[in-house]
Amino acid sequence: MSLIRFLNVAKEYPRGGVALNHVTFQVKKGEFCFLTGPSGAGKSTILKMVYMEERPTHGDVWINGLSIKEAKRREIAMLRRKLGIVFQDFRLLETRTAEANVAFALEVTGVARGSIRTKVARVLTQVGLASKGTAYPHELSGGEQQRVAIARALVNDPSLVIADEPTGNLDERATRGVFQLLREINAAGTAVIMATHNLGLVRRADLRTIEMNHGRVVYDSSDPVPEIGGGGDAETEARRAAAAAWRASAPPPPEPDLYDPLLEDEL
Amino acid sequence: MTALREALMAFRRAPLLSTLGVVTIAFSLFAFGLFGLVAVNIQEALHAVEEHVEIRAFLTDGTPIEAVSAAMGDIGSFPEVRSVAYVSPDQALVRARQELGDFSDVFEPGVLPASIDVRLKAGFRDPATVAAVANRIKSYDFVDDVRYGREWVEKLYKIRTLASLIGTGLGLAFAVVSIIIIGATIRIMVLARAKEISIMRLVGATNGFIRLPYLLEGFIQGILGGLLALGLTWTTCTAISHAFIKTAFFDPGIATFGVICGALMGLLGSGFAVGRHLRRL
Repeated sequence: MSLIRFLNVAKEYPRGGVALNHVTFQVKKGEFCFLTGPSGAGKSTILKMVYMEERPTHGDVWINGLSIKEAKRREIAMLRRKLGIVFQDFRLLETRTAEANVAFALEVTGVARGSIRTKVARVLTQVGLASKGTAYPHELSGGEQQRVAIARALVNDPSLVIADEPTGNLDERATRGVFQLLREINAAGTAVIMATHNLGLVRRADLRTIEMNHGRVVYDSSDPVPEIGGGGDAETEARRAAAAAWRASAPPPPEPDLYDPLLEDEL
Repeated sequence: MTALREALMAFRRAPLLSTLGVVTIAFSLFAFGLFGLVAVNIQEALHAVEEHVEIRAFLTDGTPIEAVSAAMGDIGSFPEVRSVAYVSPDQALVRARQELGDFSDVFEPGVLPASIDVRLKAGFRDPATVAAVANRIKSYDFVDDVRYGREWVEKLYKIRTLASLIGTGLGLAFAVVSIIIIGATIRIMVLARAKEISIMRLVGATNGFIRLPYLLEGFIQGILGGLLALGLTWTTCTAISHAFIKTAFFDPGIATFGVICGALMGLLGSGFAVGRHLRRL
């Protein structure tokens, strides 16, 4: 069964135009999937539908078998306990330590106090921050803050991690570290859907990639349909060409090998 | 338990806002309370004045005393009547002279007729009942005229109806304003913690869980505000009693009701504020 299933999804805002149009794709359990495309292409709207913060105006979305059309508020809350969400701006509480930020996700979902401490310690170790649990967010680097956010996303043992531009605010080195961490999480069986416009990152990792432009899926690496010249209407063809041009404009990767041994101490 | 701790923590985290909430509830209830005091005291005064509502039936000269006492027995058995008294011409003269003071010598003995003074039971002093009883008394042959201060009785009732209407209207207006102000203060608190709330939602906290601390906070603010208002009203009441005239205070039931109103206002205000914030998907 697919973990994420979008079927002919459209999203129109009353005054803001069309955010998504005819979006259809699936993500399987345990899969790693990039969502790329320029700003405004609809990546974040798709992710918001995955964690059911937005509803489509047409079509339907199923997450773990739950239809967004039929989902009740309580079901959405219960679904989110099985999702881990990571953002570009980390969204940590400045007044709480790293440990308390991670524990917060457990406290507000009614997990027994006794088991919180052990779980928090486990995920902080997993993200490589075992020694920084008592630090406040402003005392941590950007990369470390994002690791705390990832620890918070992991602490409920999610079946899917949703990452919206998780490396957008990070330098190259921290980007690689965070991406490596997400890949490790995926290797342990958790599906990851990651929106990014860091094309270097996408190119170097040979993973499932869905490319968006103007609210449409213009390329899906799991699709057998060829790229430019592959048919379809003129509009689709033009969008595909524009997306290909955008992809080609990305800077070349600075290093040939993504898994730099120098990173070992960072991970 | 966690919700209560969170609610109490809000007072520590944002003491100024919490105090603002408590003080606005206190002041609106205090205004309400002051008006209530006026209403209670008008009511008391009206009760005292109502005691004096009486029907005076003037008798024709030379009515035999037997007929008068038979009629008095009749009238006394009317369900509306509390007491019936006979006033002889001499007694009428004494009373008139007392009431007129310096002008007491305008009446000559024998000028004033005898009368039957009728007082009504509480609950039968409204204009319609008074008029009905007066008409019944007027049907006796020997009753020359009946006076009951028709206009006066009607005016009295109008004042009381008006006082209750204004009281209810102002009370409702004050309550609405308080709820809006409390809603606004809680909303500021909600907005101050918007990030925290959005994270709570993202990690799967239910709306009920998110709402509970704010509702408790509004409730506690309401109770504190209610108690503060009660204290302020009582202090004012005591001060007026000492300095001007003896003023009646609310009975314990109404005082408790006031505090409960404060709590409800706090609950409603915070409920609206958080509800509005959470109404998105």
